[in-house]
Amino acid sequence: MPIKIAVLAKQVIDPEMPMAAFRVDSESKKVDTPATIPPVVNGFDENAVEAALQIKDSQEATVTVISSGTEFALDVMKKPLSMGADELVLLQDQAFGNTIDSFVTAQLLAAAVRKLDGFDLVICGRQASDWDNAQVPLGVAEILGFSCISLGKKVEVKDGKVVVERITSDGYEVVEAPLPAVVTVSNELGQPRYPTLRGIMAATRKLPTIWTAADLDVETDQLQPRLSLLDLFVPERIQQCEIIEGEDAADAGRQLALKLREAKLI
Amino acid sequence: MADESGVLVLGDVAAGDLSLTSLELLAAGRGLADSLGQELAIGVFGATLDQPSSQAISHGADKVYAVTHPLLADYQVDVQLVAMEALVKEANPSIVLVARTNQGRELAPRLAFRLGVGLAQDCLEVSVDASSGKLLANRPVYGGNAVAVVSCNYSPQVAAIRPKAYEPLEADASRQGQVVSFPVEIDASQVRCQVVETVKEEAEGIKLEDARVVVSGGRGLGGPEPFSALEDLAKQLGGAVGASRAAVDSGWVPSSYQVGLTGKTITPDLYITVAISGASQHMAGCSGAKVIVAINKDSEANILREARYAVVGDWEQVIPAFAEAVRELVQE
Ligand SMILES: Cc1cc2nc3c(=O)[nH]c(=O)nc-3n(C[C@H](O)[C@H](O)[C@H](O)COP(=O)(O)OP(=O)(O)OC[C@H]3O[C@@H](n4cnc5c(N)ncnc54)[C@H](O)[C@@H]3O)c2cc1C
Ligand SMILES: Cc1cc2nc3c(=O)[nH]c(=O)nc-3n(C[C@H](O)[C@H](O)[C@H](O)COP(=O)(O)OP(=O)(O)OC[C@H]3O[C@@H](n4cnc5c(N)ncnc54)[C@H](O)[C@@H]3O)c2cc1C
Repeated sequence: MPIKIAVLAKQVIDPEMPMAAFRVDSESKKVDTPATIPPVVNGFDENAVEAALQIKDSQEATVTVISSGTEFALDVMKKPLSMGADELVLLQDQAFGNTIDSFVTAQLLAAAVRKLDGFDLVICGRQASDWDNAQVPLGVAEILGFSCISLGKKVEVKDGKVVVERITSDGYEVVEAPLPAVVTVSNELGQPRYPTLRGIMAATRKLPTIWTAADLDVETDQLQPRLSLLDLFVPERIQQCEIIEGEDAADAGRQLALKLREAKLI
Repeated sequence: MADESGVLVLGDVAAGDLSLTSLELLAAGRGLADSLGQELAIGVFGATLDQPSSQAISHGADKVYAVTHPLLADYQVDVQLVAMEALVKEANPSIVLVARTNQGRELAPRLAFRLGVGLAQDCLEVSVDASSGKLLANRPVYGGNAVAVVSCNYSPQVAAIRPKAYEPLEADASRQGQVVSFPVEIDASQVRCQVVETVKEEAEGIKLEDARVVVSGGRGLGGPEPFSALEDLAKQLGGAVGASRAAVDSGWVPSSYQVGLTGKTITPDLYITVAISGASQHMAGCSGAKVIVAINKDSEANILREARYAVVGDWEQVIPAFAEAVRELVQE
């Protein structure tokens, strides 16, 4: 039996966009992005695709990418397919808009995983780079009753178990858990592979499966957001920087040391 | 559940003592409990809990739940969750606080989902809204570029607090509190994740999180070798070395060096950044530093908006002269 893997991937505002372009509309409590900055697949989710493909490189496996949102840039969301994933499922509904939180997002994604049935492994990014919640995957694990390991930098499947190198504050630990399991991965997993030309060609021919809220079996109570957003603002920065000058860069370095001594910092 | 009341901190024990992050949570929780005029309780988990229980009381707790079970002696996430869920149901608090430590990153969301409620994640500040009596949580989003204020629509209201966001209260041995023993039932079959090996990659010497002085290097260093100059400098200053994610991703230093949103949160007195641009995700881990110094060749780099002092120049010229001057000053 091939190992059946789902990757949960979110479309986000490019986190590397110039800071000067970052604006918040406090009225609608939303981030305004200039149309010139295209969205991207959340970086850690590309790591998740890579982790799934590494498993597929060494054993028989299928990789299904699932994403939930209101609107998608299809060329962006097809990137995992061009890297080598088999299928793309988009949960797309205007109802998945502004009033939805990590709790509801996890309910929708868990419902899709349940509907597609038979997954051994669900691989996710450690957090979405927009809301930085780091909650959805852990929620999916709880909802589905799967084992759960977060912050992986290496993921393997052996003898019905998932084996993960999990990052800790002073190194890493090797953790095993029985399948089915949810695993989140971090950038320490390494650079995701680039799409090949063949992959890109194959991806253009693949059509995503699209489901709306009505296609998913979620109880009404579970669609009630658990959190309310009361305000969203850009914090003020008030730091005044003193530029230390010198005859040349080396001298400026010496002056810096004197300055820090004067300020009793060294 | 109805009639929820009080604040419950979920604490943890490190080497026989109540952990520093638990003391921070007690400080945050004391403020909330006082605003509400309600009780501050803490749950501590393990096999022997006398020492942490009395530490909790002297640091602000009115009540300690000593949650005991032989399986809680060594941390295991699945078992810990069972114990935490049982305690929350027993204590029936209106607010639950968890530390967003490496363990808390897993525990807090899973606990909230088990309880069917929301989690205000990675909060820098929590308060009580005077009119509604509800928890207000400030949390950075978009890599620290924005701050969201959220409230919880369901009870209990659960918040995970970023380490170092609060200072522990002074210990006061005269404080009184009650210790309640709460034995939980745990079935060994609830264990799913097994840690089979632990690997340490941390640098020798002072821990990055505890250092008073930190010197960090970024992509502009161009390779792993310059980090040895930063190590020497840090040693002169009695500090530790950190790095940006770009330096970690390049494989120049292990990930335990990373400062930032997805790395370590540090609050040194002096933070010296070398060839780091100051992306919001990096600043998220060091904005609590008292004084930030930037050494960067680009006068437009964002780090200059965050730093107190800066040298605009090539680190290859600045660092040797700076290090030499530091050595002389320190040895004086
Ligand atoms: C009141 C309120 C208003 C909000 N408004 C907005 C808004 O306008 N726009 C917005 O985008 N968010 C908004 N959010 C946040 C948002 O709705 C969810 O939190 C979000 O969709 C899930 O992202 P996260 O940051 O919680 O994911 P995390 O928990 O940080 O994500 C971790 C991992 O889970 C997976 N994952 C998460 N979300 C998805 C997804 N949608 N599809 C597939 N995989 C996923 C990925 O693998 C990801 O790496 C709002 C939240 C609140 C409380
Ligand atoms: C979700 C998410 C989480 C993230 N988490 C983190 C995190 O925890 N920590 C983190 O650090 N980053 C994090 N990042 C990445 C972050 O956005 C930046 O990409 C990263 O911090 C950049 O590292 P840097 O400053 O070393 O590199 P760059 O941004 O490339 O900056 C290099 C700097 O070096 C300067 N320079 C170059 N040569 C010289 C020279 N010879 N002398 C002096 N100066 C020189 C340049 O002027 C430039 O300012 C995260 C990103 C995302 C999307």
